[in-house]
Amino acid sequence: MYRIILRCAMLAAVALASFALPAFANEYQAGAIKISRPWTRLPPAAAKVAGGYMTLTNTGTVPDRLIGGTVVTAARFEIHEMSVNDGVMRMRQLDRGLEIKPGETVVLKPGAFHVMFLDLSAPLETGKKVKGTLVFEKSGTVEVEYKVEAAGATSSGQHSHGAPAAGSHSGAGSHANH
Amino acid sequence: MQTTNLLRTIRLTAWIAVAVCLTGAGIYFITARAPDIQRVIGGAAGIGGPFQLTAHTGQPVTERDLAGKPYAIFFGFTRCPDVCPTTLLDMTSRLEELQGDADKLRILFVSIDPERDSPEFLADYMKSFDKRITALTGTTAQVASIAKAYRVIYEKVPGGGRDYTMNHTATVYLFDAKGGFVSTIAYQENEKNQRAKLRRLIRLAG
Repeated sequence: MYRIILRCAMLAAVALASFALPAFANEYQAGAIKISRPWTRLPPAAAKVAGGYMTLTNTGTVPDRLIGGTVVTAARFEIHEMSVNDGVMRMRQLDRGLEIKPGETVVLKPGAFHVMFLDLSAPLETGKKVKGTLVFEKSGTVEVEYKVEAAGATSSGQHSHGAPAAGSHSGAGSHANH
Repeated sequence: MQTTNLLRTIRLTAWIAVAVCLTGAGIYFITARAPDIQRVIGGAAGIGGPFQLTAHTGQPVTERDLAGKPYAIFFGFTRCPDVCPTTLLDMTSRLEELQGDADKLRILFVSIDPERDSPEFLADYMKSFDKRITALTGTTAQVASIAKAYRVIYEKVPGGGRDYTMNHTATVYLFDAKGGFVSTIAYQENEKNQRAKLRRLIRLAG
């Protein structure tokens, strides 16, 4: 009897874990491309743009490219390269998309490669997720959810560097909504 | 006796070699660094100047309105995903930290995208940041003029269709109460430095 209960409990735990884990890790797979933690952050009030960030890993044997995508709260989606050199910020759209070589991991983050949500149609809310897609040249289209982090966040998840400051930032942000 | 002389000669030669090396290194260091120093000092004297712009409140603002308080000024645009909101959030946090001293300086954000950043739009945008920060915009000519005075680089980068994005100087410039250039805060400079530089700016103003 005990053994049956134990087995049931274990099965339940495994079932729960299998449901909970992907949601918790916020990971997606498109063909050979693994997409980890797609996220965005609360833009300023009335802002027309927001940056999208994620980690892309090519687990396959041929190069692939992120060539597009969508997000439900924006009319347009672009893939950008950004750098700051000699105090000048430069940003440009990558016409041919972003290449991910076999075995390579490319991190899209603030201040570097990012996707850009343009002409935001609805305000984003911290802590919520927004649905969208990512399109890869070879691996095709995959549905993802971008987690909305607080204004000023520098990464997604528990180890956010901007955590203490983000509290006051989101405070400033929420004032704007009133 | 001969061995002692030989040793002395070797020692003397070695010391001369060291002296030559040090002098050489010194000369190289001074000449290599000199242009940098000159450029910074030469540039510092020329940064800033008269301007005419409109604040997000609709008020006209000129350099005369800045007299009497030190100020931090930076340039950007509202369709900027990272540098501009980050700097505005940084300045919001710094003003909160300064508490009672916050009104001893001014913080100015100048749009280098006046075609899309109207005073009305900036008024909405600035609701996300400290009320003491002033956003400024103007005609394309007015913005070109202040950018030139502050030696700010900016340019349109064509995007999809009629759309475009902007490249621009991401540095925060710090000025004293008389409009004299003091120093800069670089993009992603740490919070501790930002705090120290703003505090110093307030101290300089007495």
